Amino acid sequence: MVKPQKKRSLVDKVRKSKTSAEIKNNPFEVKINRKKFEVLGRKSKHDVGLPGVSRSKAINKRKDTLLKEHQNKHKSNKFIDRRFGEYDTNMDPEDKILERFSMERQKQHDKKDMFNLNEEEELTHYGQSLAEMEKFNDLMDSDSEPDEKGLLSAELTRSHFGGGGGLLRKKAGDDKGGAPRAKSRQELIEELIQKSKLQKRERQVQKEETFELTEKLDKDWKSIQTLLANKPSKAERDELQPEKPKVQLDEYDMMVRELGFEMKAAPSEKLKTPEELAREERERLQRLEADRLRRMLGDAVESAPKAPAHLSADDLNDGFILDKDDKKPLSYKDGKWLSGEGEDKGDEGDDEGEDEEGGEEEEEEEEEDEEEDDGEGVAVGDDDEDGDEEEDEEADSHSDLDSEQESGEEAEIMEEEEEEEEAAPGVILTEEELKAQQEAAKSELPYTFTAPENQGEFVALLKGHSPDHQCVILARTQKCNHPSLAVGNKLKLQKLFGFLLEYMGDLACSSPPELGTIDKLIPQLYDMGQMFPDAASKALRSALADASHGMEEDLEGSGRSPFPSLDMLVYLKVVALLFPTSDYRHPVTTPALLFICQSLSKCPVTSLQDVTSGLVLCCLALEYVSLSKRLLPELLNFLCGILHLAVPDKTSTGYSVVPPFKHAGKHSDLLLLSEPQSSATWTNHTLPLALTQHLELTDNLHRDHHRMTCLSTCLDLVKHCCVLYKDSASFTALFQPIHTLLSKHLPLQTHPEVLQELKTEILAAVDGAPRSHNPLVFEKQKPIPLRMFTPKIVEVLDYGKRRGNTKEQKESERTKHKYKKEFKGALREIRKDNRFMAREKLQETMSRDSERKRKVKELYGSLGTQEGEWKALRRRKK
Amino acid sequence: MAPAKKRNVCSKTTSANAAKKAKIDPSLQVQQIIDSRKNANDVFDVLDCLQSEKEKEVISAINACCNLFVALLERKDLFIGKLIDEEAMLTGEHNAQDKYSMFMRHRYNDCVETLLEHLVHKSYGVKECALVALMKLAAAEGQYPLEDLDWSEHVSFPRTLILGVVGRLLSKAEDNTMLISRFTEYLEMVDVRYYVMSSVRENVGSVMVKSKGEVIPVYQNNVFTLVSSIIMPSQESELTNFMVKQKDKHSEWKAAKLNEHKRSFERMWLGFLKNKLPSNMYKKILVILHDSILPNMSNPTLMIDFLTAAYDVGGAISLLALNGLFILIHHHNLDYPDFYKKLYNLLEPSVFHVKYRARFFHLANLFLSSTHLPVYLVAAFAKRLARLALTAPPESLLMVLPFIYNLIRRHPSCRVLVHRPTTADESCEDPYLMDEEDPILSHALESSLWEIKTLQSHYHPDVTRVALKINKPLSVPEEDIDELLEITNFELMERDLKATKNVPLEFEPAKKLLQGGGGILATCFWSFSRRSAADAS
Repeated sequence: MVKPQKKRSLVDKVRKSKTSAEIKNNPFEVKINRKKFEVLGRKSKHDVGLPGVSRSKAINKRKDTLLKEHQNKHKSNKFIDRRFGEYDTNMDPEDKILERFSMERQKQHDKKDMFNLNEEEELTHYGQSLAEMEKFNDLMDSDSEPDEKGLLSAELTRSHFGGGGGLLRKKAGDDKGGAPRAKSRQELIEELIQKSKLQKRERQVQKEETFELTEKLDKDWKSIQTLLANKPSKAERDELQPEKPKVQLDEYDMMVRELGFEMKAAPSEKLKTPEELAREERERLQRLEADRLRRMLGDAVESAPKAPAHLSADDLNDGFILDKDDKKPLSYKDGKWLSGEGEDKGDEGDDEGEDEEGGEEEEEEEEEDEEEDDGEGVAVGDDDEDGDEEEDEEADSHSDLDSEQESGEEAEIMEEEEEEEEAAPGVILTEEELKAQQEAAKSELPYTFTAPENQGEFVALLKGHSPDHQCVILARTQKCNHPSLAVGNKLKLQKLFGFLLEYMGDLACSSPPELGTIDKLIPQLYDMGQMFPDAASKALRSALADASHGMEEDLEGSGRSPFPSLDMLVYLKVVALLFPTSDYRHPVTTPALLFICQSLSKCPVTSLQDVTSGLVLCCLALEYVSLSKRLLPELLNFLCGILHLAVPDKTSTGYSVVPPFKHAGKHSDLLLLSEPQSSATWTNHTLPLALTQHLELTDNLHRDHHRMTCLSTCLDLVKHCCVLYKDSASFTALFQPIHTLLSKHLPLQTHPEVLQELKTEILAAVDGAPRSHNPLVFEKQKPIPLRMFTPKIVEVLDYGKRRGNTKEQKESERTKHKYKKEFKGALREIRKDNRFMAREKLQETMSRDSERKRKVKELYGSLGTQEGEWKALRRRKK
Repeated sequence: MAPAKKRNVCSKTTSANAAKKAKIDPSLQVQQIIDSRKNANDVFDVLDCLQSEKEKEVISAINACCNLFVALLERKDLFIGKLIDEEAMLTGEHNAQDKYSMFMRHRYNDCVETLLEHLVHKSYGVKECALVALMKLAAAEGQYPLEDLDWSEHVSFPRTLILGVVGRLLSKAEDNTMLISRFTEYLEMVDVRYYVMSSVRENVGSVMVKSKGEVIPVYQNNVFTLVSSIIMPSQESELTNFMVKQKDKHSEWKAAKLNEHKRSFERMWLGFLKNKLPSNMYKKILVILHDSILPNMSNPTLMIDFLTAAYDVGGAISLLALNGLFILIHHHNLDYPDFYKKLYNLLEPSVFHVKYRARFFHLANLFLSSTHLPVYLVAAFAKRLARLALTAPPESLLMVLPFIYNLIRRHPSCRVLVHRPTTADESCEDPYLMDEEDPILSHALESSLWEIKTLQSHYHPDVTRVALKINKPLSVPEEDIDELLEITNFELMERDLKATKNVPLEFEPAKKLLQGGGGILATCFWSFSRRSAADAS
């Protein structure tokens, strides 16, 4: 076993002596890993191996580390070589030596030379020994050329850049001369400094002189330059620069812009014929209707949220046009008045209007004059400040219809209003009466209003005026505070909506309810709603939430809740007017409908007034669903309950009433006629809405009449429902209770014929409805497509990598793989280590044995020789 | 007893104040009586004070009496044993000590009598004070018994006193809710509770016999208030708080055993319930029945009569009785014939509107959760619920539609109700008979749930969304009904009000209040003012 070891060491020796290139080229060293086939794009690192080299490397390494460790195993002391870089294999031996040397020097320097004045060190300049530089002292480095051109004397150069060389040489020269040192080092330096200062000074003086000379030359040139040519010099131009452009740019730019903005004789848009207008209007409505239908079906509500068309600036203008029939002539003054002054002036005007109602005409004229003056003033001011803008405005004024929304300029608005005023009379002429009325209104109402800040102010504003005047006031307030006029106006008008709504509620609550006024105010409310949908929806929603919450609290407290009062009914109607009721889901109308149904199903009917309120609610509910034809179970329940109130025999069966109605009880005879003959004097008429608020019926006859009216209303509503739900799959089931009730338990013999007719109509409608339906089946599902046999083509971009996993999975797989590799490698290494150690140990024991053998042999040998010698001696003795 | 003591302290000071105005100061006199026997006759003055007209005087006198007799009881100055008549006492041969104690015992009896009468006093202050005093006396009497214990087997407890108090509390003429709730704090004591329970039973028995089974709403209300405020312990170890400590025989004392308590509780309730009750009383009892009465009875099955009777009443009461019945069926092996048939008949339009809707549907869900129910039954339930859903409010619909879907999911053979492909093209009338009481004969399985189809056009978008689910095969996992049970209309509304997306607007310009919506409001019925109405007429 010793042999191979020796051999190997021989091999190593050989290897070491050879260069790596030699080894690599040696066919006996190289082991080629033959590949069965080439894989394109794969880089292989291991096609050629040098097993011998790597093995010997590994063995050497083990010898250095493992073997050493083994040898020092049970030894307590250890030799550590602390020389620099002794154990650093990366360093070159030369480097090591160099480092060691420099460290040694450093050490020496630090300690010994700290206070050593006579430096033993060699002085250097740019790493060159000064002593060496001495040899070629006149050699000038081209890089170190001095800054000052032509001012350098050889001496200075030498003294500056020769380092200590010059001095040394001098010294050397002195030394050579054998004279003793004349000047000390200090003196020498001082001298040098003085010299350089002097030279600096000289240079400065020279520079100044040059400058003066140039200046003088320039002046002279200037004086003759004008003679040379009329052309302005550059300097002159520079001087004139600050003043000139103002004049020049102005004229020039104005010219250019004038040209640019000049009205080109563009063809104006053709005047539309009435047919065209009608067609456009129809198209618009069709578009809106289609949109409504889409929302009603509710499928695309989320997918396509669109901004309401009216929000565009054009529509803001529409807001003006909408109330043109009665407000146009006034707007002229409003606009004019406002454009000059603003809010403060507006207040003033308000006061004036109130003070001097008689001299209104003159006042107007005055105002106009003032107005014009103001306008001019403004224009002049504009001129002063900025001519360009003035130009712009003029240009705009030609086409203001297109661009009015863009400009917040007051003057412009004024002009706009003028235009409108010009257009308005043509529209209004047809309605002479209305105009006369407006004239009257004009004569007593002020023209500007500040937007009220709270409900009290708002009520004060409208109080005491006729409904028409209230409309005018509102319109003017809106116009005075149009959002385009000032920043805060939008907020003010949004508040105005809330005030108006509340005011309507108050009107409805007053006694007697001023429904006529409310009716007049509706267009105003609608316009504002169109302007500010968010504010409108917020106000109405909060009203609904309050009412609903109040009802909930009542129900929890006392278990019963009164029917909503008239103001709430008005609000509900307003909701239907301002917002589309047919939407699948709408932030306002859906809660409103919920509230109606809540009222119909929770509020117990205890009086004729309740019956009336309930019927109004039913009407509202029916209106809400008239387009969408949605099912309202509460409505049918309520109508059935109302009819039940008129049934004489409460023990009847076959139908059941739903709470809040009871089959029999205290208030279950509300609609029973007290005197049958009263039906003779009854005539059908519409019920006043006000009855939901105050219902005082003194005698039986009136009460009976009211009962019959309610009953007829109720039957009419049932009829409407029949029409509405006739396509429903469970029509018969829906109307079964009403049908049973009408056909079996409500004779109506004593009632007027109108009611009986209604009843027969309803019965016919219910009976005539189709009773049979197709059984339910699931919607047909789309067939699952068959499996195709065309290969699925997946583009692979990174070959050789695992695919189809998520990032984490890939990562974990990679880690696992790495771990496995490392683990295997470690195992292999350990095995090799063990093998190495075993070998070493064996070698150790063998060497020990052989040593022993050798010694034993030696001993035997010596003994043998001894023996031999002894024998020989004995033989000799013999 | 802590609050009572505190009260006593306060009232002492008040009585001291009152004494300044009153000519005779009861507390001073009481002190004198206690100090010396010579002043024994002053006790009459104090007792007179009890009858006074003025509330303050009465209250101070009550407190004084209470102090006096508690002190006397502690000193054992009251006669112990069988008491003889006052006349007999005068004539009989007795030593002075006996005479004094007999005299005082008689006064004690008088005092108790008066205090009991004060329990029906018109002023609440007096009533409360008398109650407190009586309970203190009861405690003292329990501690220092007035009966001879040597020969009697039973334990010492002032039973007659408690019986008297209970009798006055359960007034036939007056609503004593306040006083009873004050009395509730004494019921925390185990022995008081035990004897009150038995006293209530005796009292109810005697009163009801007198009234011959007629309904006495006020009395029954009082009984219910008292009885429902009894909180039973759940474990024997909780029986620790006694008013009277028994020196010996404690372990044999009935009041110290949970089983005896339960038995007594049960007898009290049964005694109360076997009489005719007003209908709102039924509701109240049924609401608390399942969690505070049934678990505390030693034999809950005895309630079966009451529950069956309640179940047969109909309406909301039946719905409520369902809960108790469920517990009996579930835990006590009750076999109830035609249970499902009755449940089926409970389904009426009103179930969606009553207060107990959530409870009812919770139970119904439990009853119908078995997958072993016959298909015809489940189909009948589903169909009936669907039919009733046509009259239900949206919050109920959101609950009942998933309920129906769950039924169909549990019983796949019910799927024909929403999917009948074989006869898809032949239209037919609805074979379901709504009026049939027996689910077998209702032909529900031959029908389809057209009602849900109708509800697909319900006005509330959420309902529509849920109803649309029958257009496709139902998903396999059941929906959890429990979260849907408690939805209220207001919650639905809030949900919609919260949505603040852009608001679509009506494009048709509004000119008048009564326009639009098909003109139903305007053209058909309503006008603005009386004037137009008058014109029309």
